[in-house]
Amino acid sequence: MAKLKHDMSGSRRDRLGHWLMHYDSALDEALQSDYDDDTAQEAAPAAPAVQHHRTWEKKKAKHVNFYQLVYRILAALMCCGIIAFLLMTAMQLPEFGNAADPANNEVSRRYIEKGMEETGAVNIVAGMILDYRAFDTLGESNVLFIAACAVMILLRIGQGDPAGALEEEAHDRMTEPKHDLILQKIAQVLVPVVLLFGMYVIMNGHISPGGGFSGGAIMGAGLILYLSAFGFDKTEKFFTFKTFKVVSVAALTFYAVSKTYSFFTGANHLWSFITPGTPGKLFSAGLIPYLNLAVGLVVCCTMYALYTLFRKGDM
Amino acid sequence: MHMALWQSIPFACILLPLGSAAVTSVLKGKGARRWTIAVLLAEVIGAAVLAVLMASYPESYPYRMGHYDAPWGNMIRVGQLEAITAFFFSLVMLLSLLGGVKKLDEHVVAGKHNLYFVVMLLLTAALMAQVYTDDMFTAYVFVEIMTIAACTLIAARNRGKSLLASTRYMIMNSIGSGLFLLGLILTYGLTGHLLMSNVHDSMRQLAMTGQYDIPVTVAFALITSGLAIKSALFPFHTWVPDAYGSTTPASASVLSSLVSKGYIFLLIKIYCRVYNLDIVAEAGVTNVLFVFAIVAMIMGSIMAIRETDIRRMIAYSSVAQIGYIFMGIGFGTEFGMMAAMFHIFAHSASKAMLFISSSALIDASNGNSSLKDLQGSGYRNKLAGIAFTVGALSMVGFPFLGGLISKINFADAALQYQGHHMMLALAALAISTWLNVLYFLRTMMSIYSKQGTEGITYAAKKNNPALVVSLVAFIALNIALGMFAQPLIAGLMRGLSLFC
Repeated sequence: MAKLKHDMSGSRRDRLGHWLMHYDSALDEALQSDYDDDTAQEAAPAAPAVQHHRTWEKKKAKHVNFYQLVYRILAALMCCGIIAFLLMTAMQLPEFGNAADPANNEVSRRYIEKGMEETGAVNIVAGMILDYRAFDTLGESNVLFIAACAVMILLRIGQGDPAGALEEEAHDRMTEPKHDLILQKIAQVLVPVVLLFGMYVIMNGHISPGGGFSGGAIMGAGLILYLSAFGFDKTEKFFTFKTFKVVSVAALTFYAVSKTYSFFTGANHLWSFITPGTPGKLFSAGLIPYLNLAVGLVVCCTMYALYTLFRKGDM
Repeated sequence: MHMALWQSIPFACILLPLGSAAVTSVLKGKGARRWTIAVLLAEVIGAAVLAVLMASYPESYPYRMGHYDAPWGNMIRVGQLEAITAFFFSLVMLLSLLGGVKKLDEHVVAGKHNLYFVVMLLLTAALMAQVYTDDMFTAYVFVEIMTIAACTLIAARNRGKSLLASTRYMIMNSIGSGLFLLGLILTYGLTGHLLMSNVHDSMRQLAMTGQYDIPVTVAFALITSGLAIKSALFPFHTWVPDAYGSTTPASASVLSSLVSKGYIFLLIKIYCRVYNLDIVAEAGVTNVLFVFAIVAMIMGSIMAIRETDIRRMIAYSSVAQIGYIFMGIGFGTEFGMMAAMFHIFAHSASKAMLFISSSALIDASNGNSSLKDLQGSGYRNKLAGIAFTVGALSMVGFPFLGGLISKINFADAALQYQGHHMMLALAALAISTWLNVLYFLRTMMSIYSKQGTEGITYAAKKNNPALVVSLVAFIALNIALGMFAQPLIAGLMRGLSLFC
């Protein structure tokens, strides 16, 4: 029996079985052992980690390479199959721009024909996302918010370790880019224009193409440009973590509360004070300009926050 | 159409956590914790009231989100099935959070607790929206929130392993979301609708004329495989053990018992409401799911047997249990769907309890999680030991517990199904149950054996009140599922007939 077992282990069949059972690839094992070593080192700072690594490479490298090759070939074949299948599907789809397409039905017809009258927004896209389907957009702005929260959980430093944070910050200030005159001069000219244009795109979102998402992205880019040119010393005068919190929370809360009112009155067929107003006016289209502003502020803050979090772990 | 005030409960159940999430981010840790628990409690009460009222309401009703009627505006739809599911999900959410809340002090960096609660609240809102929505695109938006929330919950425990697990989770789940979105786009292109009932009508017409045959099938396959990846059906399960095994217990129990179930519920909804069950069964998609499910039931259990770390073992057991649920869907009958829905509840009640109680057992064994180090932990933390035993027995299918009822349901569904499905399903059920017994019995034996514990001093840990409440409530929930299953089954059957 022992001999049988000895013969079995290491045979092709055994390795196949091993591969089938263990879905962990060689890379995973390497990473895993790295992390295990890290945690082990935290407990006892001994040094056998490097050696441990080397023995692993010697022992496993050969058949690992073989299976990685097989795996790659299979993956490539699989991808080709899926690509062929999807291309075949694409050939059979309704022709783009054909008037008889299933997508040209009563839904889009009402958006186009009655959109302006019902929502008061000249830009029917704004009318669609912020009035007809405002619930989806409420979810979408929370996607941005939760993304910012996720990055903060992962990257924000100095929580529970103020001393380390100060040290880190000193280090950051040292490595920050020195004053680049060309960048600064151009930023001086560009940043006000960019911010103003972003604001215009947001506030005019219900009249012309644009809106909260695009305008917020423009404003965020302006802030990031300003930060790159002048450094944190300048931006901290008007944009700190507190600003971020206040602005984004106020915007999201306003969005949620105003839409709660609007959904509730809409669902229960109650009278509501929100009216479409005169299409084309700056303050028209009911809630849309204010919602655009809220979405724009959230997008702007999130973009800036993500940039600073990735750059120095704080705002 | 006039609406009673109680009919706005689902709307409140979605908007309350969504709106309070932003506020939570500016609260301090302790305030955020209290606020979150209060919101979840309100959710549970609201959903319970709704479930009771819906039991006597003759039909399901639509609730429009805004001033425009259905195909133009957003709409949610409330029926008995949705009400029961929402109640269950919010209850398990609350109990999981209560059970794991103390461990957060240890696992999440101080000062970031409020962000953890923000993520929890947004996840609750997304789950509720998933349960109630009648619009495919709304479903996708909240799938996105669920994906990011789940990644964050895994990564919240700030150490290498969880970060690695979270990255892997993100990659697999992004692929799943991508496939789902692609299927959604194809469906919209072919039907011109996003509202489920309208898509259903157009699909029916397409099926009759035979037009766009291949794109319809492909869209269907893409949606199915996307959601199967996200809910960890067998060949796509590789992210499960790391994700559930390495993170903080509250996250692990929420992920295993709610997030994956949310996707399965969405899949059931799409099968019933967008395509028709008989069209689905005719296309043979359920047969494919059935085969994967059978393999999952057996392979998941085998992998759990090979595992020596208790939390990874429970995670692999989840893979097998997801297989059970997909087997129910794979029958392609209404009774099979009912069995799947019941198992969603039974499994989430027991799996969340297993994760919470195993973390308490690990605490009682100086933080070691291998089965060998856990010896005697059932004596050191009696309540956690009992809870683990109840959960394990429920998984195995012991009388008076929820697991047995769902096994009976599956067997019943198999017997109603004529053909070779029946034998295969019964055999897989028997083998999988036997394997379940193997590894859960081994775990229970090691928890309750004093062998090898001599000479080791264990740091004494007292159970905190939140954990006690959570474990006792979970035990009660499991027993209730086993003892009073009949009304629930009747409710589910009625809900499904209104649903489809």
